[in-house]
Amino acid sequence: MAKKIDSQDSAGFIGWIDERFPLSSFIKNHLTEYYAPKNFNFWYLFGALALFVFVMQILTGIFLTMHYKPDAAQAFASVEYIMRDVSFGWLIRYMHSTGSSLFFVVIYLHMFKSLMYGSYQKPRELLWIFGVAIFLALMAEAFFGYLLPWGQMSYWGAQVIVNLFAAVPFIGPDLAEWVRGDYLISDATLNRFFAFHVIALPLALAGLILTHLIALHEVGSNNPDGVEIKNYKDKKTGIPLDGIPFHPYYTVKDLIGLTVFLIVFASIIFFAPEMGGYFLEANNFIPADPLVTPSHIAPVWYFTPFYSILRAVPPILNSQFPGVAAMGLSVIIFAFVPWLDKSPVRSIRYKGILFKKWLGAFVVSFIILGYLGTVPSTIWGQFPNVLPLLGGSDVATVVARIFTIVYFSFFILMPIYSKKSITKPVPTRVTMK
Amino acid sequence: MKKIIIFILLLIQSSFIFASEEVYLEKAPIDLSDQPSLQKGARTFINYCLNCHSAKYMRYNKLLDIGLSKKDIKENLLFTGKKIGDPMEISMPVKESKKWFGATPPDLSVTARSRGSDWIYSYMKGFYRDSSREIGWNNLVYANSAMPHILWELQGEQELDKNTGKLSLIKAGKLNQKEYDSVITDLTNFITYMSEPDQLKRKKMGFYVVGFLLLLLVLTIKLKKEFWKDIK
Repeated sequence: MAKKIDSQDSAGFIGWIDERFPLSSFIKNHLTEYYAPKNFNFWYLFGALALFVFVMQILTGIFLTMHYKPDAAQAFASVEYIMRDVSFGWLIRYMHSTGSSLFFVVIYLHMFKSLMYGSYQKPRELLWIFGVAIFLALMAEAFFGYLLPWGQMSYWGAQVIVNLFAAVPFIGPDLAEWVRGDYLISDATLNRFFAFHVIALPLALAGLILTHLIALHEVGSNNPDGVEIKNYKDKKTGIPLDGIPFHPYYTVKDLIGLTVFLIVFASIIFFAPEMGGYFLEANNFIPADPLVTPSHIAPVWYFTPFYSILRAVPPILNSQFPGVAAMGLSVIIFAFVPWLDKSPVRSIRYKGILFKKWLGAFVVSFIILGYLGTVPSTIWGQFPNVLPLLGGSDVATVVARIFTIVYFSFFILMPIYSKKSITKPVPTRVTMK
Repeated sequence: MKKIIIFILLLIQSSFIFASEEVYLEKAPIDLSDQPSLQKGARTFINYCLNCHSAKYMRYNKLLDIGLSKKDIKENLLFTGKKIGDPMEISMPVKESKKWFGATPPDLSVTARSRGSDWIYSYMKGFYRDSSREIGWNNLVYANSAMPHILWELQGEQELDKNTGKLSLIKAGKLNQKEYDSVITDLTNFITYMSEPDQLKRKKMGFYVVGFLLLLLVLTIKLKKEFWKDIK
């Protein structure tokens, strides 16, 4: 009997597998015949890097879990045990602690890329929303993990954040107690945070990342020109004219980026693992003590823009809830970007100067809010009392309020300025800049 | 754009100025690769500090890494009944010591990471006589510290000039100032070493890792160029 010749068919072992499991077709669909635009620039590296860091956090996390003890009486000591007595424990721990900070660096750059090139616009709204969900889950993951070393910053940082729940009207105090599992941050809290950190959220993240990738491979990647490569296909093969197979072209290109990333990563781990107190805080080398409050409590740097917004919003009727709500909104609001952007074009290259200015203002406000979140609000002193309105108030708080307004204006005014911004003509095909 | 960068740099710089505590800290002239200094520091630490302070995350056998021999450690540094693999614990009960001193003397294993080496160095040089306090001592770096001056026999007694805020020696000790400074340098060096015993190994390994990655970078760039030759 004549055998049907098909390019899908492979011989030997792979063929045996292909008859039972779609191995070859999976590799084709997602790597060797997944066509990505050929004009990706530097900014398109961070998605792949984020996946790499995720896998690395899981792997180092597994090894840390083998030696860590989620017990208020032993947690701090077990971290020092890892640092001293476990062979290469210090390396695994620094990889994990540096990895968490760099995860946020990579994710922030990845999000910035999408904002620049309009990668959230139709038909990529769901792709973007899955991304925002990953960001939210990642923030929760980092927050739960930060309690585990059971140092002073772990303890009081968690105290501050859990107390935010207490600001919710009516049910607040009960809610905070329910989250803690106790009247104060204690062994019960440590145990549940451990459970969330090592299984609940990693599982959620893995699922969300998978859906993010499925959505990406369904709609295809955007590119710095924001033009759809699927509009111009080779008539015979059906392959986009401006598309190139992800493997080998982008795997070898991402390898360069990965190596540069690893150089930065290794330089921090081996030469400055505390990163001047931004990645590992000095106060966290003092065991948690519920009776001694540190003079200055600040979250880790990657939470500080949002923390600044929390502090900047003044309490209304003695309730901190408006600040808490503003902080929540400052993260959730990203999810609405696909519907806030009314621009007819995707990429910043053709969106016009007005949009560029707003994006620039957003980045500046994000950085300044981030900085202000790391320092006490008294850092720049107070306005002289003679000034009307401002007299006596903290300079840093007023600056934070101004940039909080800029931050939210970027989103809220987007429907207006994105429509008004005078766009440039978009090329029909991608350009190689 | 340039203005923004300058502004951000200024912000970062100002954070360092403000981050430093109000007290002036002297720079500790320590050198972690100086093994004789670490050994002297270890001796001072074990003889003077390890009676009230523990260093419970540090094991005696880690002293092998700073050039001490097993014999040295066993004969001169180990308390009776301890084994070389034991951590540096003390027998003073925590509750009692709180009663005696007003505060339990903290464990010093990672103090160099929470306070910093300069703080320890300046603190050990900052004791002065203060008759208003029960213990008779005060400290310039950490006001109303519960700790008396343990090394007073070596340093002598200092007095605070309330106008200038400076300390001056009023009663000489066994050592002159230079010798005392060197004892404190060695001690600070050891406490810093102890806060992360593998830190020298870490830095040394870092050069190899980054060196390897730089080589790898050259290869990955060449690989990419080879593959991308035909993409226009």
